[in-house]
Amino acid sequence: MSGAGLHELAAHELSHLLQTRQACAREVLADVWRRIEETEPELHSYVLLTREAAETQAAAVDERRARGEDLPPLAGVPLALKDIFCTRGIETTCCSRILEGFVPPYDAEVVSRCAEQGLVLVGKTNMDEFAMGSSTENSARGVTRNPWDLERVPGGSSGGSAAAVAASQATVALGTDTGGSIRQPACFCGIVGLKPTYGRISRYGVIAFASSLDQVGVLAKEVRDCALMLNVLAGPDPRDATCIAAAPPDYAQALAPDARGLRIGLVREFMEYQGVGVAGEVGEAVRAALARLGELGAEVEEVSLPHLDYSLPVYYIIAPAEASSNLARYDGVQYGHRAERGDGDILEMYSRTRDEGFGPEVKRRIMLGTYALSAGYYDAYYLKASQVRALIRRDFDRAFARFDVLAGPTSPTAAFRLGEKTDDLVAMYLSDVCTIPVNLAGLPGMSLPCGFTAEGLPVGLQLVGRPLGEETLLRAAYAFEQSTDFHLRRAEPIAVREGRRCAVSRRGAGAPR
Amino acid sequence: MPLTPEEVEHVALLARLELTAQERARFTEQLNSILEHFAQLQQVDTSDIAPMSHGAGAANVLREDEPTPSLAPEQALQNAPDQAHQCFRVPRVIE
Repeated sequence: MSGAGLHELAAHELSHLLQTRQACAREVLADVWRRIEETEPELHSYVLLTREAAETQAAAVDERRARGEDLPPLAGVPLALKDIFCTRGIETTCCSRILEGFVPPYDAEVVSRCAEQGLVLVGKTNMDEFAMGSSTENSARGVTRNPWDLERVPGGSSGGSAAAVAASQATVALGTDTGGSIRQPACFCGIVGLKPTYGRISRYGVIAFASSLDQVGVLAKEVRDCALMLNVLAGPDPRDATCIAAAPPDYAQALAPDARGLRIGLVREFMEYQGVGVAGEVGEAVRAALARLGELGAEVEEVSLPHLDYSLPVYYIIAPAEASSNLARYDGVQYGHRAERGDGDILEMYSRTRDEGFGPEVKRRIMLGTYALSAGYYDAYYLKASQVRALIRRDFDRAFARFDVLAGPTSPTAAFRLGEKTDDLVAMYLSDVCTIPVNLAGLPGMSLPCGFTAEGLPVGLQLVGRPLGEETLLRAAYAFEQSTDFHLRRAEPIAVREGRRCAVSRRGAGAPR
Repeated sequence: MPLTPEEVEHVALLARLELTAQERARFTEQLNSILEHFAQLQQVDTSDIAPMSHGAGAANVLREDEPTPSLAPEQALQNAPDQAHQCFRVPRVIE
């Protein structure tokens, strides 16, 4: 293992070392913990660390292996969870003041599945409050910094999960993606993010934002890790009625290092929203990536999906409308914050509790959604948006008659500076313009690193698949990844802190492939 | 059709949010700028287009009506800000 610490390795590499007993789960955890102690003061990826429980879990994995038990592939691999997943006995706040101190009495389905597979929970990661945001600056728990440049945001809303994986403070992480909240931070932090088809993974125990759009997914260092994690997470759950009943395939079988026969469409509206093109370096990196996929055997052509130009207004009507309903449950009665009451009535208790408990972006979206659903405005806003949503889905269906995979940038720019967009709402919303249509249509999407800007910031390639087309999606992503070395570069926040210009360290040779 | 501060106050009441005067002024301005951005949707011809309300095509999912384990009362109440007699306690609702 010359040149590479255990914390730097991908999950599939750790899996190999653990299964062949070249490393044990406790060693892996100890190495990741050193990394957390070293880098967490700069990054603040986590809002809660669960060291004791992690040590117990790692020891249990080692003990079972020592007894000769045949363990699942990812047993012993360190995992971070976005603070949106309910964890039994462990505080879960969605990074909102209104859920401060909330300790769920049950685990989310995906949390149980990860535990059954022996993944070791390291901690809960920072996020935009209730997953509403694109920079993690809307957290009530402080900002997270981008490991590639500490003055920049990690993206959002799963910014803590993305920063943790990019800085090797965890090997894999779970996030949620309502309008890009896995793919955009994965892009900004130079890692791989996978949002599967709507309904592929159970949302039971995942704090709801916009229920027709929310989907659980994975942030990881490599495409193979996403496939292995999807094997853990995907599949029906009787406790989530929107979860797809079909049994999932073995996603690791889909990985093949060529793109022969794949028809890939470069989406014009991803490259240019309402006539405004993506940043030059981003466009160049994406075009180069498509050319590479062509060399690997894919047929690449441009395609237009005209209704994608309306994605932003459609999303910012539908998501707040659903949120205004979902967040009605935070009223100071069953859990969470309750305002100290004077001699007011119950209405005053509700209103004051919510005013004290929610941050500005959450209030804004509740207001927007309430307005869009209110008497006299429903037809003009919510109904209209739902009809245009149908047209967006129809554009995708038509494109998928000709193509197997659609492609474009994940975000129009690389990571922006902290504070740069907090006062310009529409500019902030625009950073999700390429990811939002994929949620509106319920499709699987991925972001993977495809280059770096002159300033050393990662650029993300977005790939989109047909409904339940995760295997084709993973194959295209894997073929591209294996023909490049972007996924082998690791962010080095300590070098950045010390003012050394180069934030890139190539991982040493000798790691098992 | 810009939103007035009075309409914003009404929406806040519907949303059960007690806004400060400052918040009301800021939201009036911000919501108007967002709504202005939304106006472009009116250009899209959606006659005869059925609305899409769901990412996967919503359908009823049925199961046998059989009892399954659920949270014990202590667990359901463990996060309550106020409770009494195995119930959530709230300010007086009925005089």
